[in-house]
Amino acid sequence: MKKFLSGNEAFAEGIRLARPEVISAYPITPQTIVVERLSEMVENGSLKSEYVHVESEHSALSCAMGASATGARAFTATSSQGLLYMAECLYYAAGGRFPIVMMNADRSTALPWNIYGDQRDSLSQLDSGWIQSYAENAQEALDLALMSYRIAEDKRVSTPYMANLDGFVLTHTYEKVDIPTEEEADRFLPAYETDNRIDFDNPKNMAFSAGPDTNFIFKYKAHEGILAAKEVIKETENEFEAIFGRRYSGLIENYLTDDADYIIVTLGSIAGLCRKTADRLREQGIRAGVVRIRYMRPFPNEEIAEALSRVKAYAVLEKDISFGNEGTVFTNVNSAVKKENGKAEGYNFIGGLGGRNISASDIENIFKSIIKGTDRVNFIGIGDGNNG
Amino acid sequence: MKPYIREKKVFGFDDVPENTCFEAGYLVTVNSGWRSIRPVVHTEKCVGCEQCYLYCPDGVISIQNGKAVIDYDFCKGCGICVKICRPGAIETEAERK
Amino acid sequence: MANKVADSISREEYFYGHKACAGCGGSLAVRAALKVLGKNAVSVLPAGCMSAVGFNFPQLCFSNNSIISTFAGTASMLTGIEAGLRAKGYKDFTAVGFAGDGGTADIGIQALSGAIDRNDNIIYICYDNEAYMNTGIQKSGLTPFGARTTTTPAGANVHGNIRPKKNMFEIVAAHGIPYAATASVGYIGDFIAKVQKASQIQGTKYIHVIAPCPTGWGVAVDETVEIAKEVVDSGLWYLAEYENGEYRLTHRPKEFTSAEAYLKRQGRFRHLTEDDIKVITDSRDEKWKFIEKNFIV
Repeated sequence: MKKFLSGNEAFAEGIRLARPEVISAYPITPQTIVVERLSEMVENGSLKSEYVHVESEHSALSCAMGASATGARAFTATSSQGLLYMAECLYYAAGGRFPIVMMNADRSTALPWNIYGDQRDSLSQLDSGWIQSYAENAQEALDLALMSYRIAEDKRVSTPYMANLDGFVLTHTYEKVDIPTEEEADRFLPAYETDNRIDFDNPKNMAFSAGPDTNFIFKYKAHEGILAAKEVIKETENEFEAIFGRRYSGLIENYLTDDADYIIVTLGSIAGLCRKTADRLREQGIRAGVVRIRYMRPFPNEEIAEALSRVKAYAVLEKDISFGNEGTVFTNVNSAVKKENGKAEGYNFIGGLGGRNISASDIENIFKSIIKGTDRVNFIGIGDGNNG
Repeated sequence: MKPYIREKKVFGFDDVPENTCFEAGYLVTVNSGWRSIRPVVHTEKCVGCEQCYLYCPDGVISIQNGKAVIDYDFCKGCGICVKICRPGAIETEAERK
Repeated sequence: MANKVADSISREEYFYGHKACAGCGGSLAVRAALKVLGKNAVSVLPAGCMSAVGFNFPQLCFSNNSIISTFAGTASMLTGIEAGLRAKGYKDFTAVGFAGDGGTADIGIQALSGAIDRNDNIIYICYDNEAYMNTGIQKSGLTPFGARTTTTPAGANVHGNIRPKKNMFEIVAAHGIPYAATASVGYIGDFIAKVQKASQIQGTKYIHVIAPCPTGWGVAVDETVEIAKEVVDSGLWYLAEYENGEYRLTHRPKEFTSAEAYLKRQGRFRHLTEDDIKVITDSRDEKWKFIEKNFIV
């Protein structure tokens, strides 16, 4: 069935189809529509779930962990300040190997206060041990909501999954979305089965301490688990295509990269404007291409190195900054390229912080700058002749 | 079933579980080494009132055939049982190895 | 000779082999409560003494399903566990939390308030040793007036902690909680009866049990139970219940024993002057006037 939905609404539909048994809900702009829609679905009976009105984001994820510890499929959602307030629980859930799915509306973090979209919140938590995906459009958001549980709950992975949607730009914009049937969804996503849970026949002690002898081993196994997601993501997308007919491209999505001389690497919904710009430059004879990173964790080192192995230069366009250094996505991409002895010149373009607009001409200027050569780290609209 | 000492006490790479989730009541060390004094039940004086059983913080006292019995693997020698016993049936002795 | 209290609880031990200090009041509280609630209890313990001594892989000292929560998250994890088990169709279980005074009155109060607000079907037991004992005896919101702790040292200028205990019992009662009670490990039968009662009630239940810490209080390890009795006998801690909108005293000392004797036998209060002790006994007397007026006695 096709419906005209916002990114948030589409994601909520995907969660409905995923049948979470416990939902813990705390509102924060621009995620609120998700928890509102889910509460309506519970009220009208289209979603059978224990809906818990928690009193903070820390409690939202703590409650989801408690539910997951019973073997129940759990869901929560947040953004920005909320993500940071529950940050302790991010590490806790990842270390506890609870395959919770959480939607994060990418939003700037205070100070100054700002409710608009950038990617500083989720990117600051890359080290927490969660799988992190970045959707470009509402259809992908819905599809990732379904795929996320399949990936997270796979016994080889057993890792929580953060599904990121650009705040306002994706969460609140509308497009035509295909909503699968419950029958299709149930065929794709079986019930959650695990030994990592309370058991009255074989009682367990969970979320315990581990000293110097064994702690390192637990952490290594968690690392292996999230790395295993690379393979599981590919398998899941194959199965997704077989049932729903939509094909996804794995950890990254390449556009005209095979013969590109200049590539922009980016995350999320800005990728569409980048592809349009690449098309326009191609008409001018410039071989431009775009790599959209879909998963920042596990990080697609090999795929990125391959995509950038033939270019003269690439630019990482991102909506975040790691203060005192450079953009985090650039750090990850640059490392991937250099690990394979890539020869391309890499450049970092930071923009869009606090929801500041990135225009088509900004993106064209990025391509033009890397063709000419420019500073290693650039700030769009500051010190580039386009101040203010 | 109360927690008890198991055979396997050392956990290498393959033994460490994937998750922070493991069998409940799995013990690998005793607490007997904590004692400098040990409580001893004089059964002829013990009336089986069960106060020591109720008030032991470590749960090492059980009542068997109406008399208090102490599990010396896990008794820490705190002496609460000595104090609480009204007939004075429990006395402290120096810990012996 | 039959002991009715002993016969009313399981003979099994669910908390065993732990590394709590000898004479630990907190471990007595946890042990007793689990013997009431039995093998289908699911216990949640936050960072604190009981989790630190009971869950060191591979020494796992709970024989019932138990899990450590984040420090602030006892009540919220309990909420999730109860919701999850219910969603999965389980009916015969008790979700019970054992949090210390810090994990309850300070960092854990938000989640506790939320759980009560939702009336989640859980039992929340605060074992109160009156300071952050696990981290080395620092002041908490439940540290009593005058107590020396490592962050409220007693010197010439300031005589230890200058704030009174936060009244958690009345705070949770003000939420309109279905059932709340105060208890002490010195009256273990009373505590056991209250846990039994709580287990029969639907909704959120809160039990606040004084659980002395010989290490932090500065008493000998065999004095735990005695001093837990004395805090009640001297009127400095009252045993009561809150149910159906009513406060009811469950134990009324005919005459208070000496508060000064109670205080002076503890290392943490030995520095108190006569004036300090008068502040304490005056506030005790004020409180009991309030109890006489507002509680069913």
